[in-house]
Amino acid sequence: MKRRIVVTLKQSVLDPQGKAIEGALKSLGLEGFASVRQGKVFDVELDGVEGAAADELLKQACEKLLANTVVESYSVEHD
Amino acid sequence: MTKPLHAAVLLFPGSNREGDVARALRQAGAQVEIIWHHAERLPEGTDLVVLPGGFSYGDYLRCGAIAARARVMDAAREHAAKGGLVLGICNGFQILCEAGLLPGVLMRNKGLKFIGRMQTLRVETVAPFFTRRYKPGQVVTYALAHGEGAYVAEEAVIYELEQDGRVAFRYCDAAGAVTEAANPNGSINNIAGVYGAGFNVLGLMPHPENLVDALTGGVDGRPLFEGLAAAA
Repeated sequence: MKRRIVVTLKQSVLDPQGKAIEGALKSLGLEGFASVRQGKVFDVELDGVEGAAADELLKQACEKLLANTVVESYSVEHD
Repeated sequence: MTKPLHAAVLLFPGSNREGDVARALRQAGAQVEIIWHHAERLPEGTDLVVLPGGFSYGDYLRCGAIAARARVMDAAREHAAKGGLVLGICNGFQILCEAGLLPGVLMRNKGLKFIGRMQTLRVETVAPFFTRRYKPGQVVTYALAHGEGAYVAEEAVIYELEQDGRVAFRYCDAAGAVTEAANPNGSINNIAGVYGAGFNVLGLMPHPENLVDALTGGVDGRPLFEGLAAAA
C-alpha cells in the first residue's frame, strides 16, 4: 500500500524559501502567483499494515520524525 | 576542586566542531572524551554532555532531526533529567530542540544566506555553571557559522522563556543594544541561546569555542568553558 505524506510549514510561520521562489517566478515573468509556500513530500510503501493501523502508524511517523509539529503540519494522501 | 570536569562530546556523522570544543574544554581544565553516536551509555562519571557544531547527517530532513533520534541521545536525555549538564552549540542546539531537550526550533535564516562572521551578544541571564564567569549584561563576541539559526517558538513558549529568565544570550550591537539591525537571522526577540527549565541544559547558535585564543580572534568564549570546568 502506498501513501504520500505532505509536510508544510504552518501558515503562521515565515517561509523565506517560499518567498524567494515566489520572487524567482516573478522575475521569470510568470504573473499571477499570490504566494508560494515550500514543503516536503514523502512517498512511503507499507508492508502488512492496513486500515486504521496504517493510519496510526503514519501518524506516529509524522509526529515522531517526519514533521516538526512546532512549525510544520502534515497530511496523508490516499491513492 | 577535587577532580576535573568529565565531558563527553557526542559525535555524529557530519559533526565537525568536536575537536574545537574538546580543545576549549581541555584548555579550561576539563577531561574530554569523544563518544560515537552508537554508544548506549555515557562514560562513567560524565558531568557534561556536549553536542558539537557541524552538519550531522548532512542536515537531511531538518537540521539535527536525525541525530536527535540517535541511540546515544536517550542516554543524554537521562543525563539531563538527572540534572546533568548538557551543552549544544550550533548544530548541537538544533539537535537539542529536535530532541525535545529545549523548546522551539531553528529555522532558515531570514535573509536565506549562510552567515559566517563574528557577532556581538549580550549575556542575559548569569546561570550557574555555563555563564557564571560573565557579568549580567556583558557584551561578548562569539563567531556565527549557520544557515538555519532563526530561533522560533510558540508565543506562549517565548513568554515562558522570558518570564523565567531562560534566554541565555541575545544578538546585540557593539554597544549592547538589542535591535532589529543587530539580529542576524530573524530570531524572535534576538534570542541566540536558551536554557532548559533546570538551567542545566544550554543551547546556543554562536560558537564560543572559536574564541578561546588571542591568536585566533579573541578569548570571549573562555569564561564559558572555565565556568563549566569548575563545576565538577
